[in-house]
Amino acid sequence: MSAVLTINGLTMDFGGLRAVDKVHLDVRQGEIVALIGPNGAGKTTLFNCITGLYKPTGGDILAIPPGGAAKRINGLKPNQVTEIGLARTFQNIRLFPNMTVLENVMIGRHCRTNSKILGAVLRNSRTRREEEEIVAFSYHLLERVRLERHVNDFARNLPYGAQRRLEIARALATEPFLLLLDEPAAGMNPHETRELDDLITRIQEEMDISILLIEHDMKLVMNISDRIFVMEYGKEIAVGTPLEIRGNPRVIEAYLGEEAHA
Amino acid sequence: MWKFFSLDEIKKSLLMALWFIFLTFPIMVIRVNPIYNVVEWRWQNMALVGAGAFFLSFLWRYFLEYKNPAPSKPADDAAVSRSGRFSELLRSSGTRRLAIGAAVILALAFPYLFSSYQVNIMTTALIYVVLGLGLNIVVGLAGLLDLGYVAFYAVGAYSYALLNLHFGLSFWICLPIGAALAALFGILLGFPVLRLRGDYLAIVTLGFGEIIRLVLENWNDFSKGPSGIAGIPRPGIPGIEMSLNASSVFLYFLMIALALFTIMVVSRLRNSRIGRAWIALREDEIACQAMGVDKTKTKLTAFALGATWAGMGGVMFAAKTTFINPASFTFLESAIILSIVVLGGMGSIIGVIASAFILILLPEYLRAFSEYRMLIFGAVLVIMMVFRPQGLISNVRQTYRFKGLQENKEGD
Ligand SMILES: Nc1ncnc2c1ncn2[C@@H]1O[C@H](COP(=O)(O)OP(=O)(O)OP(=O)(O)O)[C@@H](O)[C@H]1O
Ligand SMILES: [Mg+2]
Repeated sequence: MSAVLTINGLTMDFGGLRAVDKVHLDVRQGEIVALIGPNGAGKTTLFNCITGLYKPTGGDILAIPPGGAAKRINGLKPNQVTEIGLARTFQNIRLFPNMTVLENVMIGRHCRTNSKILGAVLRNSRTRREEEEIVAFSYHLLERVRLERHVNDFARNLPYGAQRRLEIARALATEPFLLLLDEPAAGMNPHETRELDDLITRIQEEMDISILLIEHDMKLVMNISDRIFVMEYGKEIAVGTPLEIRGNPRVIEAYLGEEAHA
Repeated sequence: MWKFFSLDEIKKSLLMALWFIFLTFPIMVIRVNPIYNVVEWRWQNMALVGAGAFFLSFLWRYFLEYKNPAPSKPADDAAVSRSGRFSELLRSSGTRRLAIGAAVILALAFPYLFSSYQVNIMTTALIYVVLGLGLNIVVGLAGLLDLGYVAFYAVGAYSYALLNLHFGLSFWICLPIGAALAALFGILLGFPVLRLRGDYLAIVTLGFGEIIRLVLENWNDFSKGPSGIAGIPRPGIPGIEMSLNASSVFLYFLMIALALFTIMVVSRLRNSRIGRAWIALREDEIACQAMGVDKTKTKLTAFALGATWAGMGGVMFAAKTTFINPASFTFLESAIILSIVVLGGMGSIIGVIASAFILILLPEYLRAFSEYRMLIFGAVLVIMMVFRPQGLISNVRQTYRFKGLQENKEGD
């Protein structure tokens, strides 16, 4: 399988702190890849580098749309990265709280539509048609994450687990080929986590989207990932299938070390 | 209810009364009579202030309590529906049509029912409706706190005044030119402040507003400085002579048309692809960018479009007063327009219209109370912010209906 994301020697410094240290990582088409590691390992920072929120200090990030040419995306603006086809969710949910659930998803359609000010003012047939398409597309995604009952509710009024699913729907609305999920199960109860597990697998299978996810819930990670990358103190310490990672002494040590500290 | 009269509450009110007596002592009690060179002590005023403050403080706390019922009470649901009732009323199409019909008839009949003085005030109020709706794009929708909005108003007014003075251009040509120039200035301001947010943005925009005013004040060759420009023609229809009265009525109707146009444009924009991007930018800038919205473009369109309305308002203002000078474009003006937006409810169109009328007409009609009118004006603002910080009308978003959804809803 060809890769959709290749990261080579990626480094990110904050002043004297090296949060990501020469990391290599790749995601192949159709894969679910997990990125794990103790708190402060640099996982979210890596995500922020990929999605353009941070400009990496060194290294290369290549995005390869299926059937397209590779693009070096370091230093691109977040919206340009999203336009290329990488969409993400956030560790600490970042919805638009005072917009409705449907509108939150509709924002995701922004970069795939193009009506301008004049169109909006004149409300010509092209704009109206585009608007209808946005609504239909967004509603369909809400059905997928089972939030259709909440279409007109304000996003801030949703229960926690539903907010996480809404963030996923919003990201899907940008029609990505790679979805990056930052701790999607954080704060969910076991029942919700099982449903999420199912949702992620379905997104991968039915929508043909590759997935890179950060997660602390080991059960979820072991269940759904094809491969796992492990980070500690900014460095990548292991790569492998769930089975390989489970038995890897360095990984066990990293996690035991964390528990000993805590 | 009775707990409002406990010893504790009485103590609070007593303190409040003492504090008010102390505060108002110099103006309410002491009066120097310069003719007889004596000081009058008006003790009865002190008693009035004391008693008034004592009782009002009870009322104040009662209403505060009424507004935020203690969470333990089952009144919670009632509180929700109470604040929702007004918005609900606005949404039902029947009342809405009725209200719009009444407003249209009143607006059309207004110049024939009232004196030209009233018509002039109303024209001014309508200018502020347009300004409020324009600033609402920048502050209410896009969430960019702009304290220098008056600069664009000045750009519009001076565009008309100067183009007319030097080139004899008519009102009708200057209206779009003023709008376009203001939009250009909006973009000029927008570029340097793209990275700024919140307080920093507020300070820079405030500075921008002052710079424009200072330039107009000091660049005599260009703007005629503090003495301003007089003799700006009122708008007319080519070939028709109009009396002063007729032309102010004409201006009133022009302003009505411009206000309606503004309302139409802003309400369409609000529920469009661009409008949603503005709101998303306000709600969470980082998430908004990560969802594929170009921050630069979106911010600049907000600044430019907001400024456009200020430009048109400025041309109207110059045409109405026929004389402008930099004193009309001080920070106070920006502050009033911002108050209109905040009082109306960020992003709400009807709210902004209502609050423009309240804030502009209230001081006019309070002229009877001469020296107290600004005090009452301030009190109204404070009370509003305490009891309805979200503004007259809070965030109402478009709702959508879907087939199948209704069945689902009835199912559970
Ligand atoms: N903007 C920033 N400025 C300075 N330091 C930062 C910044 N962002 C992250 N860091 C630091 O980089 C390191 C890695 O943080 P990061 O958030 O990537 O960890 P993480 O692996 O996502 O941890 P967690 O599992 O807790 O989410 C931490 O030491 C953090 O303090
Ligand atoms: Mg993290």
